[in-house]
Amino acid sequence: MPKRTDIKKILIIGAGPIIISQGCEFDYSGTQACKALKEEGYEVVLVNSNPATIMTDPETADRTYIEPVTPESLAKIIEKERPCALLPTLGGQTGLNTAVEAAKMGVLEKYNVEMIGASIEAINKAEDRELFRDAMNKIGLRIPNSGFANNMQEVDIISKEIGFPIIVRPSFTLGGTGGGVAYNPEELAVLAKSGLDASFITQVMLEESVLGWKEYELEVMRDHAGNVVIICSIENIDAMGVHTGDSITVAPAQTLSDKEYQVLRDASIAIMQEIGVDTGGSNVQFAINPEDGEMIIVEMNPRVSRSSALASKATGFPIAKIAAKLAVGYTLDEITNDITGETLASFEPSIDYCVVKIPRWTFEKFPETEDILTTAMKSVGETMSIGRTFKEALQKGLRSLEIGRFGFGADGKDPEPGSLSRNELEYRLATPNSQRIFFIKHAMTNGMGVEAIHDLTHIDPWFLFQMKQLVEFEKTIALAGKDLPKDMLVKAKRWGYSDKQLAHLTGIGEEKIETLRKRMGIVPAYKLVDTCAAEFRAATPYYYSTYEKECEARVSDRKKVIILGGGPNRIGQGIEFDYCCVHASFALKEEGVESIMVNSNPETVSTDYDTSDKLYFEPLTREDVLHIVEKEKPFGVIVQFGGQTPLNLASDLEKAGVPIIGTSPDSIDRAEDRDRFQEMLDKLDIAQPANGIATDIDAAHAIARKIGYPVMVRPSFVLGGRAMKIVYDASELEEFFNLAVKASPDHPVLIDQFLEDAFELDVDAISDGENTVIGGMMEHIEEAGIHSGDSACVLPPYSIDQKHIDEMTRAAKALAKELNVKGLMNIQFGIMDDKVYVIEVNPRASRTIPFVSKATGVPLAKLATKVMLGKTLAELGLTEQVIPAHYSVKEAVMPFDRFSKVDPVLGPEMKSTGEVMGMDMDLGAAVAKAQLGAGQNLPVEGTVFISVQDSDKNAALEVVQEFYQMGFTLLATRGTAMFLQENGIPAKVVEKVSTGRPNVVDAVKNNEIQLILNTGASSQTKADGYAIRRAAIRYKVPYATTTDGTRAICKAIQALKRESLTVMAIQDYHTQEGE
Amino acid sequence: MKALLALADGRTFPCLSFTGPGEAAGEVVFNTSMTGYQEILTDPSYFGQMVTLTCPMIGNYGVCPEDVESDRIQARALIVREYVDFPSNWRSTGTLADYLKKEGVLGIEDLDTRALTRHIRNKGAMGAVISTTDLDPASLVEKAKAVAPMEGCDFVKEVTCAFPYFWRDNQPVHVAKNVVLDPAVWRHGKEKHRVVALDFGIKYNIIRCLETAGCEVLVVPATTSAETVKALEPDGIFLSNGPGDPGPVTYAIDTIRALLGFKPMFGICLGMQLMALAMGAKTLKIKFGHRGGNQPVKNLATGKVEITAQNHGFAVDLDSLGEKGGLMTHINLNERSLEGIKNEDLQAFAVQYHPEASPGPHDAAYLFNQFAAMMDK
Repeated sequence: MPKRTDIKKILIIGAGPIIISQGCEFDYSGTQACKALKEEGYEVVLVNSNPATIMTDPETADRTYIEPVTPESLAKIIEKERPCALLPTLGGQTGLNTAVEAAKMGVLEKYNVEMIGASIEAINKAEDRELFRDAMNKIGLRIPNSGFANNMQEVDIISKEIGFPIIVRPSFTLGGTGGGVAYNPEELAVLAKSGLDASFITQVMLEESVLGWKEYELEVMRDHAGNVVIICSIENIDAMGVHTGDSITVAPAQTLSDKEYQVLRDASIAIMQEIGVDTGGSNVQFAINPEDGEMIIVEMNPRVSRSSALASKATGFPIAKIAAKLAVGYTLDEITNDITGETLASFEPSIDYCVVKIPRWTFEKFPETEDILTTAMKSVGETMSIGRTFKEALQKGLRSLEIGRFGFGADGKDPEPGSLSRNELEYRLATPNSQRIFFIKHAMTNGMGVEAIHDLTHIDPWFLFQMKQLVEFEKTIALAGKDLPKDMLVKAKRWGYSDKQLAHLTGIGEEKIETLRKRMGIVPAYKLVDTCAAEFRAATPYYYSTYEKECEARVSDRKKVIILGGGPNRIGQGIEFDYCCVHASFALKEEGVESIMVNSNPETVSTDYDTSDKLYFEPLTREDVLHIVEKEKPFGVIVQFGGQTPLNLASDLEKAGVPIIGTSPDSIDRAEDRDRFQEMLDKLDIAQPANGIATDIDAAHAIARKIGYPVMVRPSFVLGGRAMKIVYDASELEEFFNLAVKASPDHPVLIDQFLEDAFELDVDAISDGENTVIGGMMEHIEEAGIHSGDSACVLPPYSIDQKHIDEMTRAAKALAKELNVKGLMNIQFGIMDDKVYVIEVNPRASRTIPFVSKATGVPLAKLATKVMLGKTLAELGLTEQVIPAHYSVKEAVMPFDRFSKVDPVLGPEMKSTGEVMGMDMDLGAAVAKAQLGAGQNLPVEGTVFISVQDSDKNAALEVVQEFYQMGFTLLATRGTAMFLQENGIPAKVVEKVSTGRPNVVDAVKNNEIQLILNTGASSQTKADGYAIRRAAIRYKVPYATTTDGTRAICKAIQALKRESLTVMAIQDYHTQEGE
Repeated sequence: MKALLALADGRTFPCLSFTGPGEAAGEVVFNTSMTGYQEILTDPSYFGQMVTLTCPMIGNYGVCPEDVESDRIQARALIVREYVDFPSNWRSTGTLADYLKKEGVLGIEDLDTRALTRHIRNKGAMGAVISTTDLDPASLVEKAKAVAPMEGCDFVKEVTCAFPYFWRDNQPVHVAKNVVLDPAVWRHGKEKHRVVALDFGIKYNIIRCLETAGCEVLVVPATTSAETVKALEPDGIFLSNGPGDPGPVTYAIDTIRALLGFKPMFGICLGMQLMALAMGAKTLKIKFGHRGGNQPVKNLATGKVEITAQNHGFAVDLDSLGEKGGLMTHINLNERSLEGIKNEDLQAFAVQYHPEASPGPHDAAYLFNQFAAMMDK
């Protein structure tokens, strides 16, 4: 049946900010869906609060609402836009939940909006464990024995029926928040409680443990005619017990015979039919008992998911795009397979390579949390690699991770054999953790056998055997040393070894290995990802490298530019950089230049085969990038858009003769190198905080004394403020110094004057080397000292004197000219005591580029790309700064709920995973939208709890007064309450956690507090403050940990009390102001 | 052990044998299934062929006696990118290499199987030789050129059973030589459909599927005469799959022609080609065949798409079908080629693909019930 003509306008819900378990894969799927529906002639309305997405670009949808993804704002958008249909299956769990809530509110019915893709009934059947169990039993499938508990009494009863260990799984959450494994009643009490809290419907399922069983996933698509195809099978290397998002996974499934695979396939089809997924993609997860093959269904997601993004990249089959087309009435056999151009979407991809996905964790950011993996997801990104064999793909995947490793060990970073005690090693193998793959390597090097490791890890012996082959071959290579024969070198490359590993094993330098290898003619071949194992000719140039005879890369003689992407997402380097890379690709297309993308992140839009003219799905290492450059011989390579990953490669690439376009690596170095930077600032008469550089602790003490405490300390060359800290005295300095040196042993520690209580601003500018235009100036809401990635900010600035704005503009232009910036530049300024300081200059795309572009309507990354190709800003029509009339507020979204024990205070080390944007003509309303988008449910009445450290008390007074005037009841700890009373503000006293009960945490739990203002991390208040902040997270009470943050929230609440928030499409903001 | 694969058109691929020394010759083809190597190896339709698996790692789940599709390995050689000599699966009873060695079939690895696949796709399936003893490319290419083409060769006689057999307790049980083939041989009287299956290289799973659909199956040699079949008073006739070119299997075509209209008839793969030839249509060799488990076929009666297992190098010429050959019931969505025919008057239908799967998806299993329903009438 062809597409439906009875619907014209379709509303798509995006996933909102990037959080753990909901990453940029939903930008990838949402963007595909928007494009697909627009192509079909539908008018697409989009809601998504995440400005860093391609999907919220003004061109992607027809009407784009950067508004909170909540049922309330959805209702307003529906009222305004009157869409015919709502497509809820592309915005992750957030999209699904929001749609369900809106339906419950009666909005869809009221405005006659049809839900397409999945019905409410189907969603409920799949998401509600009780309904799901009944549905599975009906079709003869089993899910683990389990029971549902709505309170702790029921938990107790059910746990006795099931027996330990028990899996706790909250209903209606994403990424298994609040879930886990309990081995005894004590642990169960803790887990069940947090699970009930995390659940959308205050319900947990207690489940028979199938720990150690094998885990599989099938990605399934169904059309409304009932045709079903399986796109991809995925086998988890980590057994049941580790969240699939935290598992290393392999596609296709490796250890199933056809008989067993078909059982899973039949079950998936039956499940699709029984759940009633009308159209689109779903994901079914299976557990298989390795002893006898007994199968149980773990869960089913009636929507596109992280796994479907992975499956799309792994096979070349664009699940989200097809899902969108199926939702408007097409059947699978009416849609062409883009990759071949001749076959149809109604088939099942066959793949002739091996795909390995490895999650990227950032436990180092949260030292209070033990590095342990459970059924609640903790990774913040992932990398995918493609090889002809598992061994090759595994090694490529590990060197794609951006953790300083270059394969399955053998890279000089392996611990000495025997350096771990047997007990320690066994614990590390038996308890899943982010480094387990390397502990396996270590165990093998120490002589532990496959069987013993299997017993501890439950990892299928097949995978362990593959790893063992690598460990054994490594010994052979080391033995050959300098006399490495050709056939051994060939085999090593075919098994995925990097030159770095071979250099380490043989003792020959990396460049010597490279020379030797090339002399022998050992270079990679590029093979196509074609969905069909070469059965049909492929039209789409999507490549991976391998060491084989035949290279399929079709190298054109067009002018071409390679864009280096950012690799796996991690805290400090996220979707914002992918956004910039994608824009670079779009700009190249507009300029008629062939675009070639190199990246290893399967979640992104940049690795959509549709984005660039060519896609190389490869690790971003010097070796892998050079191979592509040698093959393609590009006009230029862009390194300034992908964040730190490509920047770190820039000078090595340049040394190898690669043409880097845009700002030169030398300019980047001038901005990074302390001495050269200082010299430049002196020359330009720009102030920077007093600073010094220390290579040992004695020098550090001396410098800090000279500058005066507090000082900011950090290792050089890091992104995301890793290991950066403000220290207030000598002992703190000493304590930190050790940590920092550990974080970056090759680089000294930098010590800066800390601009206490200063205003901080981020400025993004674009320059063609001659002229510079300010892209956007953002005033941070939090004071200096909070990492700019974690700080909320406002564009345009709302409280900065014009003279300071002028000075910052002057400084930016002078810096751009001096550094001969061709492209983008970001500067952080601090203003203290009426003086402007430059804190940092980065002549590259910054994290704020997408936000600024959305706020101003100026596509900075695209323009910068064109500048790199040689255009001037004047030619591009950008001659002056665009200062919008509306306010845009960016708020960071923190992952504290995922990491137990972490104190959720902000500091100079970045911890946020994502961001949201609030736009409004009124500043307060824009802040309110940003807060709502970030999940903070701001109250308009009730009780505000206040506890501030002495140094903040005066500053807090004014804002507390405002809360009081708005009619809030004030609750404070004894000291703060007395201070408030002295100043004429009545406040009730509540006990601190350390002083008695009922205390403030009890009040939080009893729902007696609606907003928390809690500052101060000094040691005497630490424990109390910590308990309050953790309680706030646990019970989802909005909180602020800085006075400035509180002021902003106050403004937001004032706005909310004044009138209800309105919604407006960015297309309208931009045209209204353009006129 | 070093080995060499030489194609008749002169291209050679150095590789390694993982089954020890040997030499094999045949037509080299590729199969894109990602699972089911044991079923593929034992499928009689691969007789005379050397099978390249596009799935790069093979051997992962070992071998298992329940997964055979005939009583031996039928393919002449197995060509893979990487052989994994470490099976991991609860059903596995041994390694693939040992299994191949025991049956004297050559297995090679460590060559660019994707390059080979692309070569076959572009140039067509062709004769080839693999050797561990003759590693001289020129000499081996000459041998490859000498490999007889599939066209005109009757491979059915090489794979059909020597004696009729029933399927009892999930294995073949031969009918004793002295037993007269008359209605008394049926064990189940009338409560099951009596089906005579002409064996052109039948896969065990076809017999299993017929049994599941309520049939009692007597498998008879391809040369069995129409009179003998009729004397058994069956309720239906089944025409099996099998290897190679249907053209030279004239004796079977004659038998089928004589049986058309006698009782409901159902054919699979070579069975469909023979049925079509008996009805007067033509068959042709296709460039590199369909071998895999992901071919989309549309059932024209219901509009539903089935993902199907396929394995054929010859096909019925759609243009030659004509009125007598019956109507097209199924079409291949990739190439719009003929996948199913039906002749209401003759109560005959057939499909080019493999509803019995093994390996492959089960989407088309309904066809066995359709056959049973036809016999109900």
